[in-house]
Amino acid sequence: MLDEVYRQAPRIGSGEAGPRRPLSPHLQIYRLPVTALLSITHRITGVLLTLGLVLLALGLMAAAAGPVSYVKFQAFLTGYVGQMLLWGWLYALFFHLCHGVRHLVWDTGNGFTREHLNIIAYLEIAMSLVFTLAVFLFTRFL
Amino acid sequence: MHYRTPLREVRGLGSARAGTRHWWMQRVTALALIPLVFWFAMALAAWPSVSQMEFVRWVSRPWNTILLLSFIPAVFYHAMLGIQVIMEDYVHTDWIKIMGILAMKLLLAFLALASMFAVLRLAFLG
Repeated sequence: MLDEVYRQAPRIGSGEAGPRRPLSPHLQIYRLPVTALLSITHRITGVLLTLGLVLLALGLMAAAAGPVSYVKFQAFLTGYVGQMLLWGWLYALFFHLCHGVRHLVWDTGNGFTREHLNIIAYLEIAMSLVFTLAVFLFTRFL
Repeated sequence: MHYRTPLREVRGLGSARAGTRHWWMQRVTALALIPLVFWFAMALAAWPSVSQMEFVRWVSRPWNTILLLSFIPAVFYHAMLGIQVIMEDYVHTDWIKIMGILAMKLLLAFLALASMFAVLRLAFLG
C-alpha cells in the first residue's frame, strides 16, 4: 500500500512518477546537533528581538509624549510580564550577539572543523548567560 | 518602430553589481552593533527603575543622545535585513512574500523614525 504511494509519488524536480527516495535528513526523524539548534535559535531570537524593537519605539514615544504616558509604560515594564519580556529580550540579545560574532568569524573562513563547532557552540551558550547575568548584577548592585 | 527599451535587454541577466549589498550591510550593521549593544543592554536593564525626569536627563546627555541616534538606525536596519531573509526562506507565495517584505520594511522604517524623533524631542525639548 505504502509502496504503491511511494511509487506513484512524483519525484521532486521532475514531472515523472517513480520511486521517491529520501532527499535529506528529515527534521522529524533526525536528531538535530547542537550547532543546528543554535542556528535555528539565532533566527528565532532575531524575530523576537525585532518584536521587542516595536516595544522600544512605543516606550520612547511614551517618554516623549510626557510623564502620564511614561508612567503607564513604566508600570508595564516593572510588572511581571514586562520584566519577563525585558530579561527574555536581553538574553535573546546576547545569544544573538554571540552567535552573530561566530557568523562573522565564519565569514573569514575559520572555525569550521567539527571539534571547533561544538566547543564554540557551548561557549556561545555560556557567554550569553554570563553577559545576561553580568547586566543583571550590574543594574542591581552598581 | 522599436517599442522595446534597453531595460528589456538587461532584465534577468543577473548582476547589476548590487548582489552582495544585502549580505554586506548585514555584516556592517552587525559590527556596528557589537559595542552599541553592551551599552544599550545596561541602559535598558536600568530603564524600569527610572522616572520620566531622570530618563529625559539621561537621553539629553550628549553621548547618550548620539549613541541612541547611532543604535536606532543600525538596529532597525539590521532587523529589516534579517527578517527579509527569513520571509524569503519561509514564505513561498510570491505576491505574499513581496507584499509582506514591503510591509515589514515600511513598518520598521516608520518605527525607526518614531524612535529617532522621540529621542531628538527628549534631547532638545525635554
